[in-house]
Amino acid sequence: MKSAKLIIVLTMTAIISGAILSVLAGYTQPIIDAYQAEVLKNAISDVLPGLDTYIEKDIEDSKFYIGKDKNGESINVAFEAVGDGFQSKLKILVGMDLKMKKILSIKILSQLETPGLGTKIEIDPSNKQDAGWWPKQFVNINASSPITYLINEKPDKSKSQVMAITGATISSKSVINIINKSLKKNRPLFIKEVN
Amino acid sequence: MAKNKISLSKEFTKGLWNENPVLVMLLGLCPTLAVTSSAINGLAMGLAVIFTITCSSIIISSVRKIIPKEVRIPTFIIVIATFVTITDKSMAAFQPELHKSLGAFIPLIVVNCVILGRQEAFASKNNVGRSIIDALGMGVGFTLTLTVLGSIREWLGAGTIFSLQMMPDSFVPWMVMILPPGAFITLGLMIGVTNWINARKGK
Repeated sequence: MKSAKLIIVLTMTAIISGAILSVLAGYTQPIIDAYQAEVLKNAISDVLPGLDTYIEKDIEDSKFYIGKDKNGESINVAFEAVGDGFQSKLKILVGMDLKMKKILSIKILSQLETPGLGTKIEIDPSNKQDAGWWPKQFVNINASSPITYLINEKPDKSKSQVMAITGATISSKSVINIINKSLKKNRPLFIKEVN
Repeated sequence: MAKNKISLSKEFTKGLWNENPVLVMLLGLCPTLAVTSSAINGLAMGLAVIFTITCSSIIISSVRKIIPKEVRIPTFIIVIATFVTITDKSMAAFQPELHKSLGAFIPLIVVNCVILGRQEAFASKNNVGRSIIDALGMGVGFTLTLTVLGSIREWLGAGTIFSLQMMPDSFVPWMVMILPPGAFITLGLMIGVTNWINARKGK
């Protein structure tokens, strides 16, 4: 009899809790999904200049976002590149021209690197003129050959070079490697599909 | 009546200083150290804890007589976890930026021992009114401590407090303060100061 009471009390608690949470999830999930879609949409229009709308296209296991201008012509393409950073998973959105030979812009979607050092791959508050200087190095960079990084030297965009962050070489290197790797995989997929 | 009133206010203020959950009881240190890299994170974590601890205390103290002693801990945990999930989901829906910066630490409020500790030590033995006062006192004490800790770390580590510039432009931020060691150093000094003040008061 005593143990029956224990079971009843615990079961009731769990049922009530589950009921409350399922109602709450039904209410909040659409709002959360809408916010995440909004974030992705903003990110895509950030990396694809001149975009009016975009369409999603799955080619094998890669997802592409193809940017369209006002007349519905494809003008550029973006994809997500995911990989390991120094201490966290990095998610990067890469915007490219249709030939996938030139990076138009990149955006770090998520990162949890070392505060104040590795986080400069996304934003660098210590640079008062331009906090986003690091990702901006990828704007209009030549990507026909793999991107390389330099330390304490002036990089040349036409030679696919960017400057690594002082004190965060591994985070910088990770971003470059992730982009190179997913580019190598995605370029043939996309080119084949388009032609 | 008068006597009752005094003890109620004491019930609240004990959480702020004499039995401060972080500085005196040294409970809930994991979230304390992890999220306080800025003042706003500390404050947000504190507010989430106030909500969870108060709601849990209300439920636990009102059903305390029907919960068998043998299953009280699992029952407390289910109740706490329910409120934490409510906080987590609502924050993700209505304050997504804040939710992103607190990351994994919102779900981990479930195992914050300040909350479970108050259910076990207080709410399961006292009436609803008293439990609410106790929970609010503990919650506010926790929030104040985290906000102060976050402010100090943000001030020295980034030159700002609540993102407002608090240092001259020439100030070079002490990077260590927003890294984990800064949390240990600052919290250690705060506990030291608390003990020093209490020791002086005791004399």
